[in-house]
Amino acid sequence: MMDAILLQILNGLDKGSAYALIALGLTLIFGTLGVVNFAHGALFMIGAFCAVTLQRILSLSFDVIDPTQTDFLGNPKKIHTTYLESWLGPDIGNAILDWSVPLAIIFAIPVMILIGFAMERGLIRHFYKRPHADQILVTFGLAIVLQEIVKYFYGANPIPTPAPSAFRGSFDFGAIFGFDPNVIIYPYWRMVYFGFAAVIIAAVFAFLRFTTFGMVVRAGMADRETVGLLGIDIDKRFTLMFGLAAAVAGIAGVMYTPINSPNYHMGMDFLVLSFVVVVVGGMGSLPGAVAAGFLLGILESFASMNEIKSIIPGIDQIIIYLIAIVILLTRPRGLMGRKGVMEE
Amino acid sequence: MLGLNKTDTKFLLIVIFLTLATPILLQPFAENSGLAQFNAGYPDLMQRFAIYGIFAIGFNLLFGLTGYLSFGHAAFLGVGSYSAVWMLKLLSMNVLPGILLAMVVSGLFALVIGFISLRRSGIYFSILTLAFAQMSFNLAYSVLTPLTNGETGLQLSLTDPRILDAANTSGSLPVTNLFGAAMSESYKLEFLNRVFTFNVGYYFCAILAIIAFYISLRIFRSPFGLMLRAVKSNQQRMNYTGLAARPYTLAAFVISGMYAGLAGGLLASMDPLAGAERMQWTASGEVVIMTILGGAGTLMGPVLGAGFIKYLENIFSKINEHVLHGWFSWLPDGLQDLVVWIAARFTGEGWHLTLGLMFMLVVIFLPGGLMEGGQRIGKLFRRGREDVPDDGTGNRPKPAPHVAE
Amino acid sequence: MSNANFTRRGLLKSSAVAGAGLAMPTIFTGAAWSFTNEPTAGTVTLGFNVPQTGPYADEGMDELRAYQLAVEHLNGEGDGGMLSTFSSKALDGAGILGNKVAFVTGDTQTKSDAARASAKSMIEKDGAIMISGGSSSGVAVAVQGLCQEAGIIFMAGLTHSNDTTGKDKKANGFRHFFNAYMSGAALAPVLEKAYGKDRKAYHLTADYTWGWTQQESIQKATEAIGWQTVNNVMTPLASTDFSSYITPVLQSGADVLILNHYGGNMVNSLTQAVQFGLRDKMVNGKQFEIVVPLYSELMAKGAGKNIEGVFGSTNWSWKLQDEGTKAFVKSFGTKYGFPPSNAAQTCYAQTLLYADAVSRAKSFNPCAVVEALQGDSSSLPGIDSAANKGFLFDGLGNGQTLYRAADHQCFKDVLVMKGKENPENEYDALEIVEVTPVKQVWYEPDNPMFAGGNLGECNPGA
Repeated sequence: MMDAILLQILNGLDKGSAYALIALGLTLIFGTLGVVNFAHGALFMIGAFCAVTLQRILSLSFDVIDPTQTDFLGNPKKIHTTYLESWLGPDIGNAILDWSVPLAIIFAIPVMILIGFAMERGLIRHFYKRPHADQILVTFGLAIVLQEIVKYFYGANPIPTPAPSAFRGSFDFGAIFGFDPNVIIYPYWRMVYFGFAAVIIAAVFAFLRFTTFGMVVRAGMADRETVGLLGIDIDKRFTLMFGLAAAVAGIAGVMYTPINSPNYHMGMDFLVLSFVVVVVGGMGSLPGAVAAGFLLGILESFASMNEIKSIIPGIDQIIIYLIAIVILLTRPRGLMGRKGVMEE
Repeated sequence: MLGLNKTDTKFLLIVIFLTLATPILLQPFAENSGLAQFNAGYPDLMQRFAIYGIFAIGFNLLFGLTGYLSFGHAAFLGVGSYSAVWMLKLLSMNVLPGILLAMVVSGLFALVIGFISLRRSGIYFSILTLAFAQMSFNLAYSVLTPLTNGETGLQLSLTDPRILDAANTSGSLPVTNLFGAAMSESYKLEFLNRVFTFNVGYYFCAILAIIAFYISLRIFRSPFGLMLRAVKSNQQRMNYTGLAARPYTLAAFVISGMYAGLAGGLLASMDPLAGAERMQWTASGEVVIMTILGGAGTLMGPVLGAGFIKYLENIFSKINEHVLHGWFSWLPDGLQDLVVWIAARFTGEGWHLTLGLMFMLVVIFLPGGLMEGGQRIGKLFRRGREDVPDDGTGNRPKPAPHVAE
Repeated sequence: MSNANFTRRGLLKSSAVAGAGLAMPTIFTGAAWSFTNEPTAGTVTLGFNVPQTGPYADEGMDELRAYQLAVEHLNGEGDGGMLSTFSSKALDGAGILGNKVAFVTGDTQTKSDAARASAKSMIEKDGAIMISGGSSSGVAVAVQGLCQEAGIIFMAGLTHSNDTTGKDKKANGFRHFFNAYMSGAALAPVLEKAYGKDRKAYHLTADYTWGWTQQESIQKATEAIGWQTVNNVMTPLASTDFSSYITPVLQSGADVLILNHYGGNMVNSLTQAVQFGLRDKMVNGKQFEIVVPLYSELMAKGAGKNIEGVFGSTNWSWKLQDEGTKAFVKSFGTKYGFPPSNAAQTCYAQTLLYADAVSRAKSFNPCAVVEALQGDSSSLPGIDSAANKGFLFDGLGNGQTLYRAADHQCFKDVLVMKGKENPENEYDALEIVEVTPVKQVWYEPDNPMFAGGNLGECNPGA
C-alpha cells in the first residue's frame, strides 16, 4: 500500500508539473492581462508541433532509386537517405535526430515568442477593452484556425516523437528506499519533465520578482494607467509578456511530446483543464496557478488508484471538477485569487 | 396585442412570418443548379434551426440580461434529451409528456446547479457551471451507461414498454408523433423547379420557438428583465439599495435551463436519440458562441447565431472536392484545379477553418455580432429616407424598457 | 465531370424534364414512392458519412478515398479494382442497374448526434439510398438505427464493437468489418503459442461501450487458454496521461498488459507503458509483454517504434497476397501513391457488396437488397451450424466470406498482426503473423456477448 501511495505521489507531481506549466502561461495572459485566451491550448499544441517540425527538418531526405528492389506496386524502390546522415555520417546524423525533442526547445522559443508578439500586436491588443465574451469568440476562432492549419500540414493522426534513447526506460526508486525491485519505477523522461517544469516555473517567478521589467509589469497589472502616466511604455511590456506566455506554453508542449504524441487536436483537450487550474488557483495569482496545478495533479492520481475506484466507481472521471467545485465554494476566489479580478 | 406595444407586436409578427415561411425562404436555388447545394430547406436542418434557436434564446436570457456567462448549459440540453427519450421509451411515442418532463427535470437540475454556482460571480461562476456539466458528461459517457447508453446514446428499442401506446407488432419502431401526427410526416410542394418541404416536426418546433421567443420578448420588457439588467450593470449598487440579486439571477438561470431542456426534449422528439456529447463542454461552448456571434443581449441575435453555425456545420461540411469540380468545370483545367484546391480548404473537411475565420471576422468587424451587421445594412437602406426612429426590428434592448402591462 | 453527378432529389429529375417551372404546384405526399429515395433519371446517390474533423479525420479520409475508388469502379472508370476478382459477377461497370453512381459526403465528427444529422441531410436533402462509413461503434450503431427508421440501407464502415451486430443489430444494417469477439478468438491461440499458458493479464480498458465489449471478449478468450485475469481497470476516454493507471501494473504481479484502447488512447497508453519500461522487465520469471487487441495502420504509425513486437489483430492487410487484395492495392496505390488501410478496404468492399446485392435483386428496394445480402442459404465449408447460412462470396480480399443472414455479420479469416521491427517505411509498421481461419472465430448468433438484440423487419421507408 505504501509503495502504491508513493507511486501515485510521483505520478501526481509529474502530472501536476504539466498542469502547472500550462496554467502558468495561461495565467500570465488571462489572470494578469485580463484576456480570456481560448487560443492558449493552441499555443501549447503549436509548441508540440515545433518538435515535430524540427524532427521533420532533421529527417529531410533525398531519394535514390534502387532498381534491384521493388515497392508494393512493383515499381523500382526509392531508398530514402537523410541529408543529415549523408553529410555527417550515420552515427552523428542519427544521434542528432535522436535528440530532436530537447533540441526543439531552442527552435521553439524564438518561434513561440514571435507567434506571441504577432498575436498580441495583430489581434489581442485590440481586445483589451472589449468584453470578455468578444475575447472568447475571437481567440476561439483563432484557435480553430491555427488547428486547421496544423491539420493541413501534419494530418489528424498522432505523430510519434520519442525522447532521446538515453532517457528511455525507467529508474528503480524502490531499490534505493529498500522496496522490492520493480515496485517503484519511474521513467527517466518524466523525471526530466518534472525537473524542467520546476526550472521554468522558478525562472518565470524570478523574472517577475527580481527584474525591473518584472516590477513594471506587476505594477502595470495593478494599475495600468498610473504606470502609463509615469512615462513607461506599458504596452510594449505587455507585448513582451504575451511573448513570454506563448514561449512558456510552447516549451511545455515541446517537452510533453514524448509523453503524449502530438496531434492537431491536443490543444482543445488541454484547454478546459488549464482554465480550471487557473481559476482554482485564483485569478491573477501565479503561485495560485502553480499550487492548483500540483494539487489537482496529485489528487487526480490518487483518484485513479484501484483501491479508491473500487469504492467510488468513476471517481477518476470527475475528480478534477469535483475538487474545483469544492475549492471554489469554500474559497470564493480560488486558492490565492486577488479581489476584483474577473469577478464582474 | 398580447401585452406588447406596437413596435414589439410588429416585430413579433415579422418573426412569426419568417419562421412559418422558412421552408420556402431556405430553398432559394433551383434544383439541378449548382447552387442547390446551398439550399437548407430540408426537415432535419430546419428543425435544428428552430431547436438551437430556442436553446440560444434561453441562454441569452441569462447571459444577455444578467451577464452571467454559464459554460455548462449543455448539461441541461442533455438532461432534457435523456428525459424525453425515457418518456418515449416508457410511456408513449407522443412527444408531449417527454417535452414536459424534459423541461421539469432540466429546471430542477438548473435549480440545484444554479443555487450552488450563483454563490460566485464572474469567471468563478463560469468554471463552476463548466465543472458540473463536464461531470455530467463524463459520468453519462461511462458509469451511468445503464441510464444513458453511454457512447452510442440512448435509443428506442422494440422491447420498450410504452405503456400508453397500443402494442406494437409491426416489427419496426414506431415514430414520434403529436396525437397521431407523425413528426416525420412531410408535404412536398413542387413549384418553379424548387421542392418545398413542409414538415410536421418542423412546424411543431417552429411554433414552440415562436412561443419561446414571445416569452423572451416579454421578459426583456418586464420589470423582472429590468432587474436582471440591473444585476449586469451594477450588482453592488443594487445590493446597497436593499435588493438581493440572487433570487433574480437564480430565476433567470432556471428559466434559461428550462429553455435548454425544451430544446433537448425537442431534439429527442425529432430524432429519438440522446447522445452524451450533447453535454460536453464543446456543446456548452457552442451555445455561448452562437449567442455572442449573433449579438448577446439582443432578441434576434442568438437565433441568427444558432442558424449561422448550424448552417455551416451541415451545409459547408458536405461540399467535397467532387462537388467543387462540378461547380468549376467551366474553368480551364489547370486553373480549375487551383480554384478547387483553394475552395476545398474551406469546405468539406476544411469547414472548421471557415467556422474559425467567420468567428474572427465577425467579432473584429462587427463588435455587436451579426445583429450589428443587420443594423448597419438596415441603416444603409434607411439613409435615403428621412430619419426613421428605431422601430423595434433593430432590437438591441432599449435603454428604458416600458412596463409591459 | 458532368453536373449530373451532383443531382439532388430523384423526384425532380423526372418531373423537371416534363415541365421545368410549371406554374401549377404539385403536391407529393409520402405515398408517391414505393420506398424512400427511389432512384430515377439514371442516377443513384450513395451517402458516405465519415469523420472529417476530430481525432479520426485521417482514418475518415482514407475511407473516403476507398469510396471514391469504389464509385469509379462501379461506373466503369479506372482499372476496375476488385470488380474482376469478386466471385459474384452481377456488376458490369455500368453503374448499378444501369444507373450512374453519384455520391455525397458528410462529416460525422465521431459524435452520434452529428453523424445522425449528417446522415439525415443525406437522406432528406440529397436523396441518398444507402449510407456507409463511420470510424467508431457509437456512431455506427446510432446511424444504423437511423437508417432502419428511415428505410435506408446502412453498410457499416469501421466498427468493431460486438453490439453493432449483437445487441443493436438492425435488419437494414450490415457489417463487413470483424468484431471484438473475433479479435479475441483469433489472438488467443497466437498468444498461447508465443507467451505460454501460464500468464497473468492486467487489462486497461477505455471506459465506454466498445472498450467493454473488447475487454470482455479478450478476457474470455485468454482465460480459455489458461491465463488469469489479475485486474481490469477502466480509464476515462479523455485521458491523455495514463501514468497513474500504468504504475500499479507491475505491483499487481501481472506479466501481460492488455490495452483495450483505440485511436489516441491506444497511442498514448502504449507509448507510456513502453516508456515506463514495462517491456524490459522480467516478472514471474517471464518477459513482460503488452497486447493491443485491435490495431489500425494509422494508429500503428502514430505509436512509432513502441509497437515493435506487440500483437494485435486487423480485419485485413494490404500485405495479403490473394488476387482481390492485389487488385485493390494496385488501383488504390496507383491513384493515391500509398497502400490502403484496413478501414479503406472494408468501406470499398461494403460499397461493392451493396451494389452487387442491388444488381442481384434487380431492385433498389431496401427489402429486396436485404434479401439479396442475406443470400441463398449457402454456407461456409467446414462449419457445422444451423446458423451457417447467408450470402457466400470471395475475391474481396478476405478469402471466402459469409454474410450471415442471422445477424448481418460477415464471417471471414481474421489477421493476427505484430508490430514490425525495423519497418521499411511508415506503411510497413505491421506484419502478418497468422491468418486465423474463419472456423476459429465462428460463434453462434445466440452467443451471450451478442444476446439481447433483434434484427426486426426490413424497412423500405416511405
